[in-house]
Amino acid sequence: MKALRHEAEALNKTGVTIREADPGDAVAGVPPRWVALPETTEEVAALMRVSAEHDLAVVPVGGGTKLHWGGPPERCDLLIDTCCLNEVLEHATGDLIVRTQAGVTMDTLAETLGGGGQELALDVPLDGATVGGTIATATAGPRRFRYGAPRDLLIGITVVLADGTVARSGGKVVKNVAGYDLGKLFSGSYGTLGIITEAIFRLHPVPLDRRWITVELPVSGPAASGGARSFPGGLETLVAGLAASQAEPSAVELDWPDVRGGATVAALVEGTAAQGRALAVQTLMGEHGTARITGEPPAWWTAPPGEDVLLELRIPPALAHAALRAIAARELPARVRGSVASTVLMIALPSDVGEPAFAEFVSGLRGDLGHLGGRLTVLAAPRELTLRVDRWGPASALPLMRRVKERFDPGRRLSPGRFVGGI
Amino acid sequence: MSTMTLQEPARRFEELLGHGAVITDPVRLRTYECDGLTHHRVMPGIVVLPESAEQIAAVVRVCNEYGLPFVARGAGTGLSGGALPRADGVLIVTSKMRRILSVDAANRRAVVEPGVTNLAITEAVRDLGYYYAPDPSSQQVCTIGGNVAENSGGAHCLKYGFTVNHVLALEIVTPDGDIVELSDGDPGYDLLGAFIGSEGTLGIATKVTVRLTRAPETVTTLLAAFKDIEQGGQAVSAVIGGGIVPAAIEMMDALAIEAAEAAVACAYPEGAGAVLIVELDGPAEEVAHQFGEVTRICEESGAFELRIADDPAERAAIWRGRKSAFAAVGRISPAYIVQDGVVPRTTLPEVLASIDRLSREHGIRVANVFHAGDGNLHPLVLFDDAEPGAGERAEIVSGKILDLCIEHGGSITGEHGVGVDKSRYMSRMFSDEDLDTMQLVRCAFDPRALSNPGKIFPTPRLCGEVPGVRKGVHPLVESGQAEHF
Ligand SMILES: Cc1cc2nc3c(=O)[nH]c(=O)nc-3n(C[C@H](O)[C@H](O)[C@H](O)COP(=O)(O)OP(=O)(O)OC[C@H]3O[C@@H](n4cnc5c(N)ncnc54)[C@H](O)[C@@H]3O)c2cc1C
Repeated sequence: MKALRHEAEALNKTGVTIREADPGDAVAGVPPRWVALPETTEEVAALMRVSAEHDLAVVPVGGGTKLHWGGPPERCDLLIDTCCLNEVLEHATGDLIVRTQAGVTMDTLAETLGGGGQELALDVPLDGATVGGTIATATAGPRRFRYGAPRDLLIGITVVLADGTVARSGGKVVKNVAGYDLGKLFSGSYGTLGIITEAIFRLHPVPLDRRWITVELPVSGPAASGGARSFPGGLETLVAGLAASQAEPSAVELDWPDVRGGATVAALVEGTAAQGRALAVQTLMGEHGTARITGEPPAWWTAPPGEDVLLELRIPPALAHAALRAIAARELPARVRGSVASTVLMIALPSDVGEPAFAEFVSGLRGDLGHLGGRLTVLAAPRELTLRVDRWGPASALPLMRRVKERFDPGRRLSPGRFVGGI
Repeated sequence: MSTMTLQEPARRFEELLGHGAVITDPVRLRTYECDGLTHHRVMPGIVVLPESAEQIAAVVRVCNEYGLPFVARGAGTGLSGGALPRADGVLIVTSKMRRILSVDAANRRAVVEPGVTNLAITEAVRDLGYYYAPDPSSQQVCTIGGNVAENSGGAHCLKYGFTVNHVLALEIVTPDGDIVELSDGDPGYDLLGAFIGSEGTLGIATKVTVRLTRAPETVTTLLAAFKDIEQGGQAVSAVIGGGIVPAAIEMMDALAIEAAEAAVACAYPEGAGAVLIVELDGPAEEVAHQFGEVTRICEESGAFELRIADDPAERAAIWRGRKSAFAAVGRISPAYIVQDGVVPRTTLPEVLASIDRLSREHGIRVANVFHAGDGNLHPLVLFDDAEPGAGERAEIVSGKILDLCIEHGGSITGEHGVGVDKSRYMSRMFSDEDLDTMQLVRCAFDPRALSNPGKIFPTPRLCGEVPGVRKGVHPLVESGQAEHF
């Protein structure tokens, strides 16, 4: 108890707002003891120095939209809530860059940039997500097909390491090869290497016009009567055609709400000549069904297919249909959605799927698709489902990853246990 | 390390790779004593020419046994001394690893060995309607392994990005001699992203999976001639400000044009104080619209002549002057330094005026060639190496240009890398904490600092060392394992 008071005092001495944690602050079910609300990089550094001195385990949190992603931390003393790192520091419209604190929400950022006719070309699957959380989980939406993931748009980063060191890499120019790119390393690092406090992104002009072209693919073939072997007809050729189309769609998305039924494929074209290009895409899609052009996205666009039990599958694009067949063959009520041309697919399962079925689904799919280059990770799942399942699956460079972690956080105090291989 | 002590490892390499794949003869070693930055020269201790990842891994393991530093080399076109060898070490040259292992159009990717040239990839997939997007001007000769190490860009990276945006996976030999796959699909840290651009200091790339890009429906290239560089700069700002992202926007000033005329007779419009090359690509309708905008902007900014190329031959004619620019200055100056710095694009006019001032103050001519769209300057600092003191003055001007870049919030290198050339500028751009943090990555991959030591970082550090104040001669330097540049 005495030690506790001592630690609390030390945290309070930093001058940063600290409060006692409540049950709502739990990270994947693990409650922290305190929550800190720093406003600057220097305040984060002060917190990290105190944490180092007192051996406190720290988990950073942004909007809290993906706190249930990743494994539960082995321990968690201090939650660093970045909500007060909420300033967009500089939007240089002429240079198409923005420098922002990490706690700014992606919505706020979009509003600020929109005023200047620009955008960060990343779609945000979850409302309330922050810049820091988006980088730390490497989330991107439909337009990853054209613009890539956060790592491809991030040009500079400021981080605070476990010992309180403040480090920057990159800068305010897009073209820059001076030094190692720490931004890449921190993208998708799930809070295990340091706290991201600032980011600089390259921006794009908001396209003058956007069109979505949508087609429904019914179940085809003799199996159309239902059952595991039914499959949306023509999906493979359609997606290949769209991906190679010189109409240059920015996104090609699939929504497959029920693996026994048909699917919807939607493509986005952006630019000054969006309507003309949409017609070209419509022609392509027309071979598969009635394609409609709209000025608004389908309702499901960008949203993940579920929340509590969510998996992500990556596989080379031409194998997407093989992956979908493999998913359907597992005969669970899965809902599949995602960037079918790029190929990052999200799979949602009902929260009452049950441990045995879930474990079999994950290991079965890994078995079916691993040799094809498929990688299945469990983004979110309650702890009771993952007792026998490795959330992350194999990574060939795991020993190197461990060595990186060891250098950055030798005391294993940053989000311990949340990442690949128990990092 | 003396040549005596290299004899034993050389024999081991011969056992591993065969006699013909190990070079120790000083005459033949000389071929490898420098890269494209020719004023830094070191005779390598041993050169090996492996044919496979396994051979490279075996060589690296022997290097570990003897504590020998090793340096990878592709085509040696690097402009920052990245492939500068070590007299006490081994140069691992990838020139025998030139196979394109697979082309997979359906998955839009190709797998190649590290010694394959950049252009060879595009040539192998062109008939399928694809190409490999990053296009450094040296693409006919430079290797994909070198591109990966330098995160090379090219004229078209404004729209398409750099090597790091087009490499999907790597097989590497780690500095310990293990063969490891780094893939963008794998869960975990983005070590692929960290490796690309690490200038050979985190290991050797032995297999590269690249993304193939669909050839655009239309390409239109336009050359606009302006009275002076201010007008050209204004046009660039207006294009980007107008929401257009061209595939490329390149600019050359009067001196650079003069050199190009002398070298390749590119016949750019007479009397031009600046030319702008704008390339637009994409869906035909989109390009047509943008083309209208760009022409209007150029005219409004004062362009006195516009040339338009719609077919490959005309396009090549427009590009010829620009692509020859580096070598061309040899025609108008006995010696020159190719600089590579970046500034926020909006500060270009100010920075160019300052460069002009520097040039006049020091009596050193500077020809300017730049990737204007992303503020990447390639000032060519011209001097007569026969004139006493001229080389030093040119160095001063060249260095001050980098200071300008840093002052304006830019970078000391946009694409040529730090290598040995710019390691001394790193501490002007980054704090000790920044550099120490980058070194953590280095230490994780290469705790013994054997992979291309002495590059990038101004002060080598032992990985066991606690960051803090550095005093006296570094133990690595003292033992001859590292040098300060
Ligand atoms: C005329 C000319 C024009 C140029 N134009 C451009 C341009 O437009 N854009 C641009 O970005 N660059 C340009 N460059 C620079 C240069 O061509 C690039 O940096 C290129 O990527 C170097 O490739 P290389 O095979 O010659 O590598 P090298 O010079 O042999 O080596 C470069 C670095 O890569 C490392 N390396 C080589 N192979 C491997 C490997 N397999 N694994 C790990 N490390 C390795 C070396 O150790 C070294 O540090 C130009 C150079 C010249 C001479």
